[in-house]
Amino acid sequence: MLQGWVIVVTSFAYLGLLFAIAYYADSRADRGRSVIASPYIYSLSLAVYATAWTFYGSVGRAAVDGVGFLPIYLGPTLMIALWWIVMRKILRISKQNRITSLADFVASRYGKSALLGGVVTIIAVIGIVPYISLQLKAVSSSFIILVQYPEIIMPAKVGALPVLQDTALWVALILAIFTVLFGTRHLYSAEHHEGMVAAIAFESLVKLLAFLAVGVFVTFGIYNGFGDVFARAADEPKLAAMLTPLEGVAGSYASWIWLTILSMLAIMFLPRQFQVTVIENVDEKHLHKAIWLFPLYMLAINIFVLPIAFGGRLHFPDGMVDADTFVLTLPMAERQELLALLVFIGGLSAATGMVIVETIALSTMVCNDLVMPVLLRQRRLRLAERRDLTGLLLGIRRGAIVLILLLGYLYFRLAGEAYALVSIGLISFAAVAQFAPAVLGGIFWKGATRRGALAGLCTGFGVWFYTLLLPALARSDWLPRSLLEHGPFGNELLKPLELFGLAGLDQITHAMLWSMIANVGVYVVVSLLGTPSAEEHRQASLFVDVFRREAGGARFWRGTASVPDLYNLLARFLGPEGADTAFAEYARARGRHWPDAELAADAELVHFAETQLAGAIGAASARIMVAAVAKEEALTLNEVREILDEASQVVVYSHKLEQKSRELEAATAELRAANEALKELDRLKDDFISTVTHELRTPLTSIRAFSEILLADPDVELAQRKKFLGIITRETERLTRLINQVLDLAKIESGRAEWHVSRVELREVISDTLAGMSQVFKENNLEVEARLPERISPVNADIDRLIQVLLNLLSNAVKFCEPGRGRIEVTLSEADGYARIDVRDNGPGISPEEQRVIFDKFRQAGDTLTNKPPGTGLGLHISRQIVEHFGGRMWVASVPGKGACFSFTLPLEPARAEARAAA
Amino acid sequence: MKRKVLIVDDEPNIVTALEFLLQRSGHEVKVATNGEEALAAIERDSPDVVLLDVMMPIKSGYEVCQRMRERPEWRHIKIVMLSAKGREAEVSKGLALGADLYVTKPFSTQELIDQIEGLFEESAKPSGG
Repeated sequence: MLQGWVIVVTSFAYLGLLFAIAYYADSRADRGRSVIASPYIYSLSLAVYATAWTFYGSVGRAAVDGVGFLPIYLGPTLMIALWWIVMRKILRISKQNRITSLADFVASRYGKSALLGGVVTIIAVIGIVPYISLQLKAVSSSFIILVQYPEIIMPAKVGALPVLQDTALWVALILAIFTVLFGTRHLYSAEHHEGMVAAIAFESLVKLLAFLAVGVFVTFGIYNGFGDVFARAADEPKLAAMLTPLEGVAGSYASWIWLTILSMLAIMFLPRQFQVTVIENVDEKHLHKAIWLFPLYMLAINIFVLPIAFGGRLHFPDGMVDADTFVLTLPMAERQELLALLVFIGGLSAATGMVIVETIALSTMVCNDLVMPVLLRQRRLRLAERRDLTGLLLGIRRGAIVLILLLGYLYFRLAGEAYALVSIGLISFAAVAQFAPAVLGGIFWKGATRRGALAGLCTGFGVWFYTLLLPALARSDWLPRSLLEHGPFGNELLKPLELFGLAGLDQITHAMLWSMIANVGVYVVVSLLGTPSAEEHRQASLFVDVFRREAGGARFWRGTASVPDLYNLLARFLGPEGADTAFAEYARARGRHWPDAELAADAELVHFAETQLAGAIGAASARIMVAAVAKEEALTLNEVREILDEASQVVVYSHKLEQKSRELEAATAELRAANEALKELDRLKDDFISTVTHELRTPLTSIRAFSEILLADPDVELAQRKKFLGIITRETERLTRLINQVLDLAKIESGRAEWHVSRVELREVISDTLAGMSQVFKENNLEVEARLPERISPVNADIDRLIQVLLNLLSNAVKFCEPGRGRIEVTLSEADGYARIDVRDNGPGISPEEQRVIFDKFRQAGDTLTNKPPGTGLGLHISRQIVEHFGGRMWVASVPGKGACFSFTLPLEPARAEARAAA
Repeated sequence: MKRKVLIVDDEPNIVTALEFLLQRSGHEVKVATNGEEALAAIERDSPDVVLLDVMMPIKSGYEVCQRMRERPEWRHIKIVMLSAKGREAEVSKGLALGADLYVTKPFSTQELIDQIEGLFEESAKPSGG
């Protein structure tokens, strides 16, 4: 039932479906409704990493090495964890510089070097051709096997076919047509191949489903689950060894490590991976999801590898069936026609996905970095004079696609039979790993130079060629085998598989070790020895500092150009429509309208034109073309350095600005706090004025009332008249006192008070004050006692102010003492360098609540009319201010009912105090 | 017309002056020196008019005024607030609490007597119309 035509028709139906998907995605994109603007599609498209090699080859390798197949998938999983650092930077650089391919990236980084771009392209093509041949081999082998159904016969047994009957050729040609149709619809390579990406994502789903279907069938259909498969394998002596991966079998530690590193680099630098990861990326944020979705895909497609491998080994114990075909032959042996067909389609999808993306990436590189730079330099072709070059560019790309696929077929015919799928793939991996130093060094090390990159790449590739490709050709008998066994010209040290006598490693480990040492060593040494040109210096800075500066290539250009020249240049490569769109966009960004507005042909426009052009033909070619129409004055290295310094100055300034703005914020906060404090002060002042006003109005009220009474009524009795006039007099005194004290307080508080400081003998001051008040004491019939020591050090103070304090305390005491029974004690003492004065009375005392506030303004002890003392409520406050001004303290101690004691201290004159202390 | 007047103030001199003035005008005068005393005095013998100082110890004039207006049986008592605090907010507060008059110290003695008289004439007039 599975006749040839069924398989062919199914295959074409599948390809037709791919066409439909790609066409749908492209037409959606044309209408501005992209289907690929999704992190899931992006992650699935990354799975183009899993090719026919994964699909058939993993099982093949596992059947020999056990878990030795794993490093190829561990590598990408490890690498993708580093993508946040590495890939995000490459993405940003590529978007800013409109990078069109890996070769373009390397060329652009090292001063837009056409030579370097060409070398990368050549290495990539040579390195990838075996990989493409692998896909052709897989598709044609699986087709040949499936056609034999229900017999299981290996292709090698079928015998070599004439070229025109060879399935692989037809596969190559059909894939070429598909790729041409979907890969070269647009000229503009920096734009996305939406149709292609959508188709690739679909293919990733198909191959995963097909592989899982086989896995489930083998594990649960043929056997009874994972446990069963592994138990049976463990019973088989030959298979049991494979369950302990790192002992005995080929997968030694060194080869595990190198294979892991190799695949870490492959996921970055395979041209197709660079294409889907970087060029086709529509949104940097898609990386977030891809970082875990892609490893998940890798895990899913590897889960059933070991069960299928063991199943195959158990099922075909005689070794007659190639392990690479187990995925297909197991369902066939079990007579599962539809499953076998699904597997074939899965393998086909894995192969086509890889071939399509790889050839598109390579054809872009061949066109932009190999052919165009050469053609543009050929003056006799007069390319620069042609009006529209879009057709030529597309032609080159299409030719390149066909050519690369035919090269793949050629390699398949020449060398394909000698190697297993995995080995062919690894040869390609090792080739693209050579790009790692130039690319990674290029984005992190400004000192890397064009010469360094060129020398490193060539040396590394040379070693790769010698240690991997040459032996492959020799084994296929295209070169004498003696080369492998005895070295060239019998020189044993140069044996390609045991270079400089390094033996005991597998071929890939051996090649990687030597090629990486050579590549990195030469790259670093040559870079360090030389100086970069101005152009290299500038590009290095744009790449390495991509996150630190705005895209600002324009600053580096100086010269003269004309707008029509630039327009015509763009029109030649992008077509007039593309040029119009680009110029309109440029004008709109500057608030102008193209083509009405005059645009200045300044550095910015030239840079813009070059970047646009780079998006179509690559940086190196764009450079050549722009240089042809714009008369450029070359910048010297020093000038470039100056511009770069300027840029870093800007960074420094912006840091300073940030700093300033932070300081400003802090200052603002301080100001706000100060303002709050001021408001509070203002409120206090308001309260103070309100209180003062109240205190002034109260005596005024009495004065006015009694004056009016006396004025209006001349007949007031004499006794009353006297009483009223007495009140008026006292209230006037009170008013005067209050005004004086308010002014006094204002002076002290504002710091404008005059202080006449001199040495003051406290004994004398107290005696004099008491003497001055003796009349008052007598009037109130109070007993006064002064306890003064005979000698006490003088203090430095204003004598009048001290008298003021003493008077205040004494008159307070008088006020509160009951006439006739009152007693006042004044004590002077000295302790700890301070003089202390206590004024004690035997009045009613002060409650603790009152003690707390008694020194505040306008607070007076005494609550009721009967004991409310005459006074302003400012005396104690002012006294305390005075004492504190001279460095002393004032407080009150009192028990209600047992009198009060007001005390204050003043610092003794220092010299004397010390002298006394010493004596 | 002879009225019963209660003077509430903690400044003895002002009390003396008011007492003299009102007695001379023929009124019956009683004195309280703080808010609590005032309320007690009103309770004992409700006056026709209270001259109420605002800044007083124990209970302020505002408080006394509020208490008085809470009692319906004291509704008819006229309240004249006397205060050295003459800011607009303070005047409004007094009137809002139910004072009939707010007089700022120092005041004209004759005017005060006239205004007190005026209070009663006003309330004697028929309302409305």
